[in-house]
Amino acid sequence: MAPGTVRGMTRQTITTKGGNAVEVRGLVKHFGEVKAVDGVDLDVKEGTVLGVLGPNGAGKTTLVRCLSTLLVPDAGHAVVAGYDVVRQPRALRRTIGLTGQYASVDEKLSGWENLYMIGRLLDLSRKDARGRADEMLERFSLTEAAKRPAAKYSGGMRRRLDLAASMIGRPAVLYLDEPTTGLDPRTRNEVWEEVQRMVREGATVLLTTQYMEEAEQLANELTVIDRGRVIAEGRVDELKAKVGGRTLQIRPADAGELDRMVGAIAQAGLDGIAGATADHDGGVVNVPIISDEQLTAVVGVLGARGFALAGISTHLPSLDEVFLAITGQKTSDAADGGPAGDAADQQYAEVTA
Amino acid sequence: MSAATMTAPVTRSGADEGRIGLRNNLRHIGALARRNALQIKQDPESMFDVLLMPVIFILLFVYVFGGAIAGRGNQQEYVQYLVPGMMAMMGMNIAMAVGTGVNEDFRKGVMDRFRTMPIARSSVLIAKIVVEIVRMLIATTILLGMGFLLGLEIRGSVLEFLGAIVLATVFGAALMWIFILLGLAVKTPQAVQGMAMLVLMPLQFGSSIFAPPTSMPGWLEGFTKVNPLSNLADAARALINGQGAVAHPVLVTLGWAVAITAVTMPLAVAKFRSKT
Repeated sequence: MAPGTVRGMTRQTITTKGGNAVEVRGLVKHFGEVKAVDGVDLDVKEGTVLGVLGPNGAGKTTLVRCLSTLLVPDAGHAVVAGYDVVRQPRALRRTIGLTGQYASVDEKLSGWENLYMIGRLLDLSRKDARGRADEMLERFSLTEAAKRPAAKYSGGMRRRLDLAASMIGRPAVLYLDEPTTGLDPRTRNEVWEEVQRMVREGATVLLTTQYMEEAEQLANELTVIDRGRVIAEGRVDELKAKVGGRTLQIRPADAGELDRMVGAIAQAGLDGIAGATADHDGGVVNVPIISDEQLTAVVGVLGARGFALAGISTHLPSLDEVFLAITGQKTSDAADGGPAGDAADQQYAEVTA
Repeated sequence: MSAATMTAPVTRSGADEGRIGLRNNLRHIGALARRNALQIKQDPESMFDVLLMPVIFILLFVYVFGGAIAGRGNQQEYVQYLVPGMMAMMGMNIAMAVGTGVNEDFRKGVMDRFRTMPIARSSVLIAKIVVEIVRMLIATTILLGMGFLLGLEIRGSVLEFLGAIVLATVFGAALMWIFILLGLAVKTPQAVQGMAMLVLMPLQFGSSIFAPPTSMPGWLEGFTKVNPLSNLADAARALINGQGAVAHPVLVTLGWAVAITAVTMPLAVAKFRSKT
């Protein structure tokens, strides 16, 4: 059987020795003056998840569209599952699955009809297409909604249907373009679980995201891009170490004490603690920390000085903070309000003190 | 370019595997046509044009204009004149709907999915045309049914009558490619409609569909002679009424159908391919 055909029950090995399922070299795609992708290099090892992290307009979607044959790059080279994206698009389409930022299912059709149609388009027999549609609906907990038009699905259900549609053909390489943007926390977790399951079953995933939290949950390695260029890459823990771990957020009972608290923390001279700042708008003090011991120490100091605290939380660095740490600059779209992800990230990682 | 200096990743065989065979292609068109049909089932209002337009137009023209155009009491003969002509008009109006449909389709994410699947990109468009041809045949059936109620007679042979239907359908299918191209080229369904009307109105009324061109000024009469809708109307009229020249208008109509398809189909498919 030809490599990557959909009839086989097992996922095809797509590289010779467990090498890179995706290799991108010097990829360029400009739209007039806009350098959407401007010389990107990246690798995704077979069976792993690469997170492509970047703000809105960084070029993430353009990159995915180039790698999924929807756009022809202006320059550079990309090989996915052994196929050249420009010279072998037809062969490539047999081995990839794409779940975009916007649900790519037919909203007028029911969930089942969507999946059956895709099975037939992938050359499954009627019987196999029916079986596969039932199987995927079951797996993505959509069996009860099978006959309803997709337009009547909730956002999370639609995203799950979209993932199911991408999985019908058992793709060797899966592109997930901001798979959880706009989803509520519970639905976001459901999508994450599904992605993790696909990876356990051997899929190679290229995931774009604006959320550090999502990258940490799902990705083995990270590539950070901005303005169409790679600005950092490495394992998630490496990048996190570079960025500085978490931020401890302390809310005093009396907002007027913010500056005094910052002063008290600085005076204490705790090991590794520097740069506590007062956020007057938010009514909190932010302290970058890298360990739980530091959390305890900071809270201990404040307690000893008699500050009354109303709340304590920690959150992972937001995309802006990651960018600040890597480049010393704000994200390119921080000017127009910043990525909506910041607030959500914080919400996710919140812990009760 | 930095790519040149780097080791290029190793690719599989140079050829692009997976050319789509005819049988698979037909299956893909079938699956996609089924999708278009299910959309209609989900949204029955989209059939209003097919179901109501022939009824309203034929009543309008026979009773409002019929007397004036054909003279009082001569409505029977006007029905005999008008109905074959309206077969040409039906095709044009439904073909226009294809343009807005394609345009709307493209605004949805599902097109991205189709275009990342191992199917011929033309199959998405061909499936649409298959379903639209069925819609067109339904509209033609209703039109002819109304015609019979109003006294239409088949004066030629049954074969000639069926020939008229086939000719109108072939020409309508060719027209669909123009509107698909238009639907892919402009931004919104409203723009498709606006531009389509600009083409539609002069072609429909500057033709022999509603009135014999002999009563028109010379320049307009000249235009109606080359107007494909006139030729289709004349051909259908000759076939159904069993009188008048058949070969000439039939050949001109088929010539137009072939020419339109040969030019606009490759353009439409290319546009579809490159659309981002």
